[in-house]
Amino acid sequence: MAESVAQQQLARAGATGKRRRRVFKDGKGWLFVGPFLAVFAVTFLAPIGYAIYLSLYRNQAFFGGTVFVGLDNYTQALQDPKFWEAFGRVAVFLVVQVPIMLVLALLAALAIDSARLHAAGFFRIVIFLPYAVPGVVAVLMWGYIYGDNFGLAANLNDLLGTTAIQPLSGTWMLPSIANIVTWEFVGYNMLIFYSALRTVPGELYEAAAIDGAGTFRTILAVKLPALRGAIVIATIFSIIGSFQLFNEPNILRTLAPNVITTYYTPNMYAYNLSFAGQQFNYSATVAIVMGIITAIIAYVVQLRGSRESL
Amino acid sequence: MSTVTSPLRPKRSKLLTGVMVLYLLYTIVPLAWLLLSTTKTQDDLLSTPGLWFGKSFAFFTNIKDTLTYNDGIFLRWLGNTVLYVVVGAGGATLLATAAGYGLAKYKFTGRRAVFAVLLGAVAVPGTALAVPTFLMFSNLGLTNTVWAIIIPSLVSPFGLYLMWVYATDAVPGELLEAARIDGAGEVRTFFTVALRLLAPGIVTTLLFAMVSTWNNYFLPLIMLSKPNLYPLTVGLTQWSNQATGVGARPIYNLVVTGSLLTIVPLVVAFLLLQRFWQSGLSAGSVK
Amino acid sequence: MKSHRWGIRRLVVAGAALTALAVLAACGGGSKTDSAGGGTTTGSADAVDAALKAGGEITYWSWTPSAQAQVTAFMKQYPNVKVNYVNAGTGNDHYTKLQNAIKAGSGAPDVAQIEYQALPQFALPGSLVDLNQYGFSQYESAYTASTWAAVHAGSGLFGLPQDSGPMALFYNKEVFDKYGITVPKTWDEYVAAAKKLHAANPKAYITNDSGDAGFTTSMIWQAGGQPFKTDGKNVTINLQDDGSKKWTGMWNQLVEGGLVSNIPGWTDEWFKALGDGTIATLPTGAWMPGVMESSVKAGAGKWAVAPMPTYDGQPATAENGGSTESVLKQSKNPALAAAFVRWLNHDEGVKPFLASGGFPATTADLKDPAFVDKTSAYFGGQKINQVLTAAAGTVVKGWSYLPYELYANSIYGDTVGKAYQSKSDLNAGLTSWQDALVKYGNEQGFQVNG
Repeated sequence: MAESVAQQQLARAGATGKRRRRVFKDGKGWLFVGPFLAVFAVTFLAPIGYAIYLSLYRNQAFFGGTVFVGLDNYTQALQDPKFWEAFGRVAVFLVVQVPIMLVLALLAALAIDSARLHAAGFFRIVIFLPYAVPGVVAVLMWGYIYGDNFGLAANLNDLLGTTAIQPLSGTWMLPSIANIVTWEFVGYNMLIFYSALRTVPGELYEAAAIDGAGTFRTILAVKLPALRGAIVIATIFSIIGSFQLFNEPNILRTLAPNVITTYYTPNMYAYNLSFAGQQFNYSATVAIVMGIITAIIAYVVQLRGSRESL
Repeated sequence: MSTVTSPLRPKRSKLLTGVMVLYLLYTIVPLAWLLLSTTKTQDDLLSTPGLWFGKSFAFFTNIKDTLTYNDGIFLRWLGNTVLYVVVGAGGATLLATAAGYGLAKYKFTGRRAVFAVLLGAVAVPGTALAVPTFLMFSNLGLTNTVWAIIIPSLVSPFGLYLMWVYATDAVPGELLEAARIDGAGEVRTFFTVALRLLAPGIVTTLLFAMVSTWNNYFLPLIMLSKPNLYPLTVGLTQWSNQATGVGARPIYNLVVTGSLLTIVPLVVAFLLLQRFWQSGLSAGSVK
Repeated sequence: MKSHRWGIRRLVVAGAALTALAVLAACGGGSKTDSAGGGTTTGSADAVDAALKAGGEITYWSWTPSAQAQVTAFMKQYPNVKVNYVNAGTGNDHYTKLQNAIKAGSGAPDVAQIEYQALPQFALPGSLVDLNQYGFSQYESAYTASTWAAVHAGSGLFGLPQDSGPMALFYNKEVFDKYGITVPKTWDEYVAAAKKLHAANPKAYITNDSGDAGFTTSMIWQAGGQPFKTDGKNVTINLQDDGSKKWTGMWNQLVEGGLVSNIPGWTDEWFKALGDGTIATLPTGAWMPGVMESSVKAGAGKWAVAPMPTYDGQPATAENGGSTESVLKQSKNPALAAAFVRWLNHDEGVKPFLASGGFPATTADLKDPAFVDKTSAYFGGQKINQVLTAAAGTVVKGWSYLPYELYANSIYGDTVGKAYQSKSDLNAGLTSWQDALVKYGNEQGFQVNG
């Protein structure tokens, strides 16, 4: 019975929420969306349109002309073992790394928001900082941490009297990349959650308190529902980020050129086809195929996550 | 930080703090390497343990050398980066806020299509589009100009999504209706009523846009071939590449110090912006 | 429902419009490229001098350390010429920008640094100016035979050599003395030294090789291999020819035996390992001393230089690295650009280049006693240039790179790299490299046999 006040309060908040979410039925919305879309069209849609056009042709980098090949490039991509190897790798990465990262971020956000933490502001900025470290220094930094000749890994091996820790070897590589991505992006996602928590109306907490709800009940009944939209966004963008994994493997490629192939991830594959091989047409095809797969998965997540919002 | 969140003002927990300190350590080790490395000379960087100080303390020499290397080109790159961030990230935040608000508060034809197109476009890996984008910009005469960096920075699909979610919750429809009844135009309502309510979301969006513009590497690398237009990321990579090949002259100490100096403005921005998360709360509970 | 369908139709229309826009953009780009590629440049030896006299403005892309000093000296000598010097990136970054500018039809520099290995890739599609028309063939005698061959693609002359990199064996004398290792003259002795060293100190390696295409091709070159042959559109690839197999027969012993360090070159770990004895030798180009002096300070007094080990004990070496400066077809003033190239790599520009620690391609400098007999404090007072200039005369003839060497290098790790990773037969890796290169070449308009 203790919950009843909170439930009423929640129900009321829900009702006002619905009332607050009222939207206006008119085209004036374009006034606000238009400027964004105009720039978006130039910087995203036009290149994608160009890429779709490219994907229908085949061009020879030397001596050659351009031939229209219809969907041949797509057939090739769908049967390309390199593409699927890369895809499988990022799919594994997605399934394992994204939940870990988001749960850590969520816990960090709840902890910092809980007011039970000493020096919460310090935690907030330090956990966010990794995202701000420029990529150029990452090669040096991770080269030191993962280095099994002179680096931290070598020190650990010496300490334990083994040579077992080889973060840059084939079997360790994907976990090593996942570690870097987690390190960088926990703070990023934490901020998304944290700033969403800041919009929870104070009366909900009051109601929960009146009911005598403990910390965990408050989290379950008040905070998590409030975070729903933010969680959906963070998930969607983490899915996209995983499928587009590029920077971190590319950084480690300098340190382990034989382990990280040019087709280690789909995005690296598209990049290397284009930049090293000048196979712009096939590169565009790989990018479009990957885009379609990613969009479908992201769309499903969005539908499931925010049925009412759309 | 003050405890506005919960009216209970619960006691601070040593256990929770302890657990968080563990996570903090994980975060801090690489950062500690970076900080310690900035105190070392090029020779010490190669010869002394990474997680402790070197034989000499060269922090201030490194900073001086970073700022004066190649006639002080670092400061030029810093200035460029600030320009790109102020115009690019500032513009991106404004556009994303307006668009997110528009999508959340107006039900117009084509709204669903906007979402679908956005999601589809964001899902296509950008690196593969670099060459098409370059060729387009080249035809428009935009390569090797600041616009080649600023225009693409103006779009933050992530910011739009974020603002859409915030605006859905944080801007009460009644307030907008009240403003309309008072005879305020749509744009004026947005600027006078909505912006204030959206502050915490705007700050978050701005912060993300700033960091991503600040760290924007790939686009300027492709678009620019004039070093005096480079942002810090491209310039520092060029310094880093001096360690490669015939005539190699590694300046790792300057790369590391430059990277640290690159982070400092972002930290300052973070500290300046964070107070808006708190004012945001009160805005959210305005009745 | 109705409105929904309308939405989609509108979307399709918008999409079509965008595609049309993109097609227009693409055609624009294409036609521009064509006009740039088809534009004929006519000139003569006199035209170069005339252009220099008339003056003008050109742009120069290079990452050579002495480039700024050279440009400054040039403009002092020719005040009516303005050279805009740009460091557009190192290696692949530079080539990416160059490639993009060529494809876009504008934005390329007048003069660009291009490594020997990358020259055919830019020369064959017609992106560079053939300097024969300015009578530059007359400068042949000024350069070593190997570098002069390296600036040619087919019969065209696409640059003047900036530097050369005849290979020699750089070794850590201190480490050799400590473990009682004598300087190897043959590769068999080298393999034996590798075993002895690693047995004595499991943390020390005879050299590092984590799989590097430039090193591999140079080693095959030294072994007398000619895996790449190009005749117009016809390319032959044979990475299992006698020379290639000679090299793998020897190098396999090191790779399979775990006797080479996996530290990748040009990383901070590598510079460290060169200084502390972890890496005991480097078979590499003659430009290495400058790099060591400036960047491996801990190795001062420890290192020495010997001729490359060979298979039969007779002197033979290959080139490793090195660049030329080329004139781009996009240049609006190719005669002036050619004049600048001539000054850089034939006339007064060579001096500032040498002063910065570069190793010359010019025979006069290679014979100059002041250069040859110079003692090097870093190398313990050894007259290292005696070894290095002698190497320049023993470069094996007949080598050529693939016309798509940059692509070949980029996929080296995917193929040969796997053999390095699993410490297994390099021949298997070379064969899969060859297969990938044949396939790519045929897709890009060549007739490739392999």
